[in-house]
Amino acid sequence: MLIPHPLLGPRDAQEFTYLGDASLLSRPDPDAPDAVDAFCDYVFLRDNPAGVHKELWYHEQGDRSWLVVIRNTVTHEVLGAELATDVMRAKGAT
Amino acid sequence: MTRLSGGLIDRSAPLNFTFNGKSYQGFAGDTLASALFANGVRLVGRSFKYHRPRGIVSAGSEEPNGLVTLGHGARQTPNTRATMVPLFEGLEARSQNHIGPLGFDMMAVNDLAAPLLSAGFYYKTFMWPKAFWEKLYEPAIRRAAGLGALSGQPDPDEYDRGYLHPDVLIIGAGAAGLIAALLAGRAGVDVVLADEDARMGGRLLAEGGVLNDTPAPDWVAGVLAELASLPNVRLMPRTTVFGVYDHGIFGAVEQGADPLIGPRETLWRITAKQAILASGATERHIPFANNDRPGILLSGAMRAYANRWAVTPQGAATDRIAIFTNNDDGHRTALALRALGQPVFAVIDTRNDARSLGDYTTHEGAVVSDTMGRKGLRAIEVTQGDRSTWYECGVLGVSGGWNPNVHLASHHRGRPHWDENRLCFLSEDAPQGLHIAGAAAGQGSTEAALKSGLSAARAALKTLGVKVPRMTLPQANSEPDQISAFWHVPSRSRAWVDLQNDVTVKDLKLAHQENMAPVEHLKRWTTLGMATDQGKTANVTALAVMAELTGKTIPETGTTIFRPPYTPVSLGVLGGGDTGVHFRPRRLTPTHHWADARGAVFVEAGAWMRAQYYPTPGETHWRETVDREAAAVRAGVGICDVTTLGKIDVQGADAGAFLDRIYANMMGTLKPGKVRYGLMLREDGQLYDDGTCACLAEGHYVVTTTTANAGLVLQRMEFASQCLWPELDVSLISTTDAWAQIAIAGPKSRELLARFVDDFDLSNDAFPFMGCAALTICKGLRARLFRISFSGELAYELAVPARYGHAVMARLMEEGADLGVTPYGTEALGVLRIEKGHATANEITGQTTAAMLGLGRMVSAKKDSIGAVMSRREGLVDETRRLVGFVPVDADDPVVAGAHLFAPDAPQDLAHDQGWITSACYSPHVGSMIGLGYIESGADRTGEEVIAANPLEGQHIRMKITSAHFVDPEGERLRD
Repeated sequence: MLIPHPLLGPRDAQEFTYLGDASLLSRPDPDAPDAVDAFCDYVFLRDNPAGVHKELWYHEQGDRSWLVVIRNTVTHEVLGAELATDVMRAKGAT
Repeated sequence: MTRLSGGLIDRSAPLNFTFNGKSYQGFAGDTLASALFANGVRLVGRSFKYHRPRGIVSAGSEEPNGLVTLGHGARQTPNTRATMVPLFEGLEARSQNHIGPLGFDMMAVNDLAAPLLSAGFYYKTFMWPKAFWEKLYEPAIRRAAGLGALSGQPDPDEYDRGYLHPDVLIIGAGAAGLIAALLAGRAGVDVVLADEDARMGGRLLAEGGVLNDTPAPDWVAGVLAELASLPNVRLMPRTTVFGVYDHGIFGAVEQGADPLIGPRETLWRITAKQAILASGATERHIPFANNDRPGILLSGAMRAYANRWAVTPQGAATDRIAIFTNNDDGHRTALALRALGQPVFAVIDTRNDARSLGDYTTHEGAVVSDTMGRKGLRAIEVTQGDRSTWYECGVLGVSGGWNPNVHLASHHRGRPHWDENRLCFLSEDAPQGLHIAGAAAGQGSTEAALKSGLSAARAALKTLGVKVPRMTLPQANSEPDQISAFWHVPSRSRAWVDLQNDVTVKDLKLAHQENMAPVEHLKRWTTLGMATDQGKTANVTALAVMAELTGKTIPETGTTIFRPPYTPVSLGVLGGGDTGVHFRPRRLTPTHHWADARGAVFVEAGAWMRAQYYPTPGETHWRETVDREAAAVRAGVGICDVTTLGKIDVQGADAGAFLDRIYANMMGTLKPGKVRYGLMLREDGQLYDDGTCACLAEGHYVVTTTTANAGLVLQRMEFASQCLWPELDVSLISTTDAWAQIAIAGPKSRELLARFVDDFDLSNDAFPFMGCAALTICKGLRARLFRISFSGELAYELAVPARYGHAVMARLMEEGADLGVTPYGTEALGVLRIEKGHATANEITGQTTAAMLGLGRMVSAKKDSIGAVMSRREGLVDETRRLVGFVPVDADDPVVAGAHLFAPDAPQDLAHDQGWITSACYSPHVGSMIGLGYIESGADRTGEEVIAANPLEGQHIRMKITSAHFVDPEGERLRD
């Protein structure tokens, strides 16, 4: 597979480490009253859809960027890739 | 001898080779198959199950029968298709799958037992008793039914790998592929043209036609010459594109051009923007009774042998030739052979309206219904209506139509669809960017192939946004092929569908009766389409026969999904030379060569090679060496390379705040010049890693990790920085390889170090325990000094730029000679830390907590950090197991890491398990073996006796619980 790195262009998937479901970006509030339950879901539950999926890839053999890659898990079609930092900053801005 | 005149062989270059020990001669340009035919060798092997005599049936990679073993000794290569081996001087080939000589195979008795060896035979026969399977049935079956054998020796050949990134990859260099390459080449884009054959040209070399009045091989030579002159075109003969992967990535194997020079095979990973599949078509046969005899070939292959290699498959030049066909292409073979003066006496055509295209007898509406000739065809029976006649016949060509080679197009689960007009499967949903052209797209005539090759290239160039050059196509043969459906000749005898796996029409019938009709079941029940040819000449025919048996259409019956690889790929080339020491990269410490010169014994630690211990003359056992090294550290001073521990440089205005979230304990409060021990948790609350964090300056920290987790901790920290808290100003970089780090440990370490530092006060007041500093040593060498201790002694770690590591190590040895300075390895390092009760990966396993280490209070409740919330969950807070020390009650007893702990009188089962020993060693300090381990309520059980059970060795050893700190429990030495 080729991952369209937002800074470096198309890169071979072999350069990356795969982490999976990008819901890991949404770390729960540690001070919330139900923090333990929320963290339990955060740590142990993952979506694993057959179809379009947002997932985390780490460019370990490259610039060490964490990317959010939108990929169809059935066809392996990659629909986009963003720096996780940009995704987080955009979330913070809204 | 059956060599004809003409052909594309070089008669001035004779080549000697042997087959089954007998010497023969062929010419440059021959394949092993054509050279065998030229020498009248027709019997080349025995069939898989029945050990029937078999000959070569094809002229390409689809060959099911002609599998031979090449070479001998370590270079012995089994299951090589004789049709794909270019002849070379000294080639050595042997037939396979027979006991005794090829002409008299003792296993041929299997043929008589055929009724017992029907479909599903393995499943039906070898069901019980179960124990017989591994010991009796399997070895016996493997010996009787099999292919060639491996040498059993390491492969002495070299393999390579490479990467290509063309704009257009063209697979197949026949008419369609060549014209596509020419257009793309002239357009100036980067082109790779790959073909599995040693000689490019595909069927143009086999057909003997003309293009614009130029003989086809000459036209091919002209095109290749132009392509070779274009710097943007790479011609890759002997290269099989075996698989299509995601996003335009193709796998290919290139065979070495010379059997003696260069890599034997090269694995290419080709990332192409556009690709053209011009892989041609494979002829199919028509099953009839005893259709597997040597001398019965695919008709198109006979044409190829005659035109390209100037040979026929006759045993003797007088052997009469016939063709059995359901289409016009069979007649083309008859014409070609007649033109070469060969004795073609008849074409048996299944079509009632068949007509002769030349000067030979045509039997319309007729079939070949049986054959004779044990080791080679002697006669055929032709049945027309209800009249059957035997004819003397030495060679029979069979043509059942052509199957487009759509394999690569369906590697992404694209299902080929059945074309009722052309009677073949065509690809419908090829992967994006893959254009299919030529016979692979059902465009088999030369003219149609050229046209479709050109339009595929045009489409590819347009997608690339490249201007398409004008090109006129040469005039070429445009005869359309007339074909009528005819799939097999019904018979009471066996008619082979899959020659390689000995699957007959009878087997298909039986599978149908036994309800194994779905294609996927059929394959597994009968072994149809398995092994090296993957049913290239069998699958579609089997599907059609099954359709007939079930009364369904072919599309209703099923389709064949092809998977990579297209043809067999050797494991050697997949390894690509990564064998032995090259299997994975090795990381050497900066002092590796220094240690090696001192005779150090090394141990692998991940990819690192670390000095394990340094034997000195007279020492006969590793323990002797390690005891000496450990004692030297406790009594004097030792030095040890600790470079492999991960070092992560953390900088930024928010570095302190960031580290507070990475470590479970407070780290942001650390002042410049100070070091603190830290614990990292996983987000699930379990312990992850430990190490030190040094604050070199405001906003500048150096985090150390365990050797094993160096890369992973950096990955996690990058995740935290980029994905969790991007608002924090922090930058990370690994400096593990940048700094050589040497531990200097022992009561005399300060004295030794004082000889190195430039104007630096090492006194306890000026540079106390857990201090750190940037300084210079040896009159100006930049260095970092950390007063930290793994051994429990007064100790330092000195870091210098990696390239100075070797020199500093050597210098420490010289300057410290009078102090008895001793280099120590990882083994003594382990002894020292176990004696001190320090944790490593043995204790931090991913299933243990800070509390278990006795460090529960380090997990700060005042701040959030990774794992903080989950560390407070039920189950983890209730944990009562604690790290303690163990000594055997009988000092001579061993302590074994991994042993589980039980109360002395308790049953030794899971319910009574109280913990386990994590680490063990012989302690020179204690004078016996000692251990660390976790045990329930460990904090309150000092002095108690327990049993360490190691049922694997039958050991049940009495242990006394002690403090985990065998040495200096108050920690006075390291603060001295």
